[in-house]
Amino acid sequence: MSTLWPQIEPLLTKVEKPARYIGMESGSIQPDHRPDRVAWLLVYPDTYEIGLPNQGLQILYEILNERPDAVAERAYAPWIDLEALLRERRLPLFSLETHRPARAFDVLAFNLSAELVYTNLLNCLDLAGVAVRAEDRADDDPLVVVGGHCTYNPEPLADFVDAVVLGDGEEVVGEITAVLAGRGRRDRAAVLRDLAAVPGVYVPCLYDVEYDGPFLAGVRPRCADVPAQVDKRTVADLAEWPYPKHQLVPLVEVVHDRLNVEIFRGCTRGCRFCQAGMITRPVRERPADQVRTMVREGLRRSGYDEVALTSLSSADFSGIEGVVADLVRDQEGTGCVSLSLPSLRVDAFTVGIASEIQRVRRTGLTFAPEAGTWRMRQVINKLITEDDLYASVDAAYSQGWRRVKLYFMVGLPTETDEDTLGIAELARTVVAIGRRHTRGASATVSVGGFVPKPHTPFQWFGQNGVPELRRKVGLLRDALRKSGAQLRWHDPAATFVEGIASRGDRRIGRVIERVWRSGATFQEWSERFDLAPWLDAMDAEGLDPDWYVTRHRHREEVLPWSHISAGLHEDFLWDDWQAALAEHGLPDCRWTPCYDCGVCTDHALEHVVGSARPPAGGSQGTGQDLRAGGLVPVQFRELARAR
Amino acid sequence: MRGDAGYPVRVRFAKQGKVRFVSHRDVARAFERSLRIAQLPVAFTAGFAPRPKVSFGLALGVGHESRAEYLDVELRDPVDVPALPALLTDGMPEGLAVTGAAALAPRAPALQESVTAVAYELRLADLAPAVVDAAASAAADAANLTVATTRKGKPVVVDVAPSLRRVDVDAAGGVTVELSTRPRAARPGELLTALRTLAGVEPGEGEDRVLRTHQWIERDGARLEPLAADPAPSAPSGADARALEACV
Ligand code: SF4
Repeated sequence: MSTLWPQIEPLLTKVEKPARYIGMESGSIQPDHRPDRVAWLLVYPDTYEIGLPNQGLQILYEILNERPDAVAERAYAPWIDLEALLRERRLPLFSLETHRPARAFDVLAFNLSAELVYTNLLNCLDLAGVAVRAEDRADDDPLVVVGGHCTYNPEPLADFVDAVVLGDGEEVVGEITAVLAGRGRRDRAAVLRDLAAVPGVYVPCLYDVEYDGPFLAGVRPRCADVPAQVDKRTVADLAEWPYPKHQLVPLVEVVHDRLNVEIFRGCTRGCRFCQAGMITRPVRERPADQVRTMVREGLRRSGYDEVALTSLSSADFSGIEGVVADLVRDQEGTGCVSLSLPSLRVDAFTVGIASEIQRVRRTGLTFAPEAGTWRMRQVINKLITEDDLYASVDAAYSQGWRRVKLYFMVGLPTETDEDTLGIAELARTVVAIGRRHTRGASATVSVGGFVPKPHTPFQWFGQNGVPELRRKVGLLRDALRKSGAQLRWHDPAATFVEGIASRGDRRIGRVIERVWRSGATFQEWSERFDLAPWLDAMDAEGLDPDWYVTRHRHREEVLPWSHISAGLHEDFLWDDWQAALAEHGLPDCRWTPCYDCGVCTDHALEHVVGSARPPAGGSQGTGQDLRAGGLVPVQFRELARAR
Repeated sequence: MRGDAGYPVRVRFAKQGKVRFVSHRDVARAFERSLRIAQLPVAFTAGFAPRPKVSFGLALGVGHESRAEYLDVELRDPVDVPALPALLTDGMPEGLAVTGAAALAPRAPALQESVTAVAYELRLADLAPAVVDAAASAAADAANLTVATTRKGKPVVVDVAPSLRRVDVDAAGGVTVELSTRPRAARPGELLTALRTLAGVEPGEGEDRVLRTHQWIERDGARLEPLAADPAPSAPSGADARALEACV
């Protein structure tokens, strides 16, 4: 199949940021397409700047290209200006490495990290010249596969995808390749049956959905050889997967534009709102020496001057102090390499690490207490006392930071106005602490509406509607007037749509298709988002948005993702939900006895940690009296840095 | 960056092929990465947010190619200057190639201030050579050539005639122009617009191509390639620069 470059090239003079479409990143691979190799197109259905840094996609890109029986290229959603030009000229979605048409690939594999990209998935398929509905595809069409966190409730996308991959992709992409290898584009039905037999792969068309009135009665396999429940895949030992070995270095500035080294996967802090933590258990640490090597080699190869040690809570890594100290010493005298460390903890220890790694640019430090009162934080199992937060903030301002960012959610289960207003009170106190150190001290308060996610203890909770979230934001806006703290909030209407897609069933597919047909793409871009087409589509399909979003589910209800397993026992999730309502915290099973959530016990897995002791500075679940305080975690997500 | 007790070096590079779509700012970032990959002892600015001491010459438009881009970088220690082109090219994407380097005299005037003339090759898509030739002749004779364009996001009308020094057209319709950077540097895109206006043909499907071929520093009646303009006193009297000049 020939390249489309000669046709695309002249279009690039007419669009914004044309370098998004040229590829050529350091680390990119020019594949050798051959008939006996399965050709994968890995697609991130958002802009290049958002999609390029995605580590999951980069890992699979390397693993596939290392295989003798596969090649992989990448594509990102073209921005609307290029899309219009492509459609005008009847040109399709193309790959970046060789600018081949998407249809020339055997597999179109999409990474789905957020629900609001669903209409972009359809748009990319359509732009590729592939039928958006799986049932309309013929044998010679590429196979459409999706992976990523959103696929833990695959039902809203069931009509559009051929196969869904659950969990870690490192091993399963090889198994899928093996199923396809040597078959060419033949006998789609048989291929799908074979894929359904691959652990971790869900083939929606092989399942029937039954309803009982508006309720789901079940999602059941059509034939005996198709599993009734699909389990996620888990890579047992990260040490065997030191990827990406050659992180892509883009020519265009992208988000997280730095070397990213994943230091562990999984998190058992047990924050009840956090789907990422629940679905990625258990904790699997990368050996510290491998981290050091990946950082050193990555920096040398990429020329980056910033490295992030990534995970859901990086300060929890065993021996993090040693790793950080080594990296800082390594860079001594070689210029300015900065290190960042997303973390759930904020205590003296973490601020100490932050000052170690940010000797020069102390622009902003982020803490995520997530809720405004201790009561609320017990409900969500984010056990941070006010004293600890204030001590951390005090340490940060006294060590030269001038701006603190605070992340919160509103619309959490059992939330009262007192809890909401607690956010404002925390923020005012933080500003007051800052002003003791510097007159220019400021704080930014970012508030997002809470969306209950599948496979979490809050999956049964009825989300706050748009008016309620708006009212709460309004309360905060009033309470923060003249406070010195700046309030930012996420659009409650977008939060509502996220709620539709997050816990929707197969019927929501029709809604997504209608919204896409109305032209609503790039819905996670606030300037492109509009609630109206979503409500119109729900109405046209005879579906009640509140039934999907704001309704509390009950224990007996069949949830749309009941046949999908992240390894968590439903009993565990329900009990944890009841514990939340009773305002009981739950310790971290990495450092305290296992409470049998199901992930390890049923799947012969265990935590892989360098040390069985909690990190210095203490942690939740270590036996201390949480009410009395001590050193308790807060999240400091990212050490922002001004350019 | 001038006036520091360092080792300033000027390098020349080409930007051709797909990388022509990379913005000036992103080329600068690619250079900074390449300097780090080469582990060169780059000097940094002092202060809150230290930056490598690198300064670029005239910006090149997105989508335009060049064989004659320059940048100055301040090093803390002396390095093997003739080895720099290969070393730096190694860490760059395909199409960005360092083609020459010269140690610079301390306190040499900055590129932005010293470059006085720039030459381009232009190729107007879908226009017959005769049409191009006629438009070029008209441009050469015109007292003023006003073009509507934007500067800093605002629409403005500029006159490119004062900076147009010469314009030639070859048998295939290729245009060679030399533009003065004084009083203001006309942009090749503006000249393309002027030529298209004179020819009475709007841009169509095809892409007009721009290739910057030379930059000159004119001083005391001499016309110098920027690598040869301000050599470090200890350097072997611009020998490097001359040798490299041959491959341009
Ligand atoms: S099975 Fe036990 S140790 Fe494993 S994640 Fe669940 S609670 Fe923790």
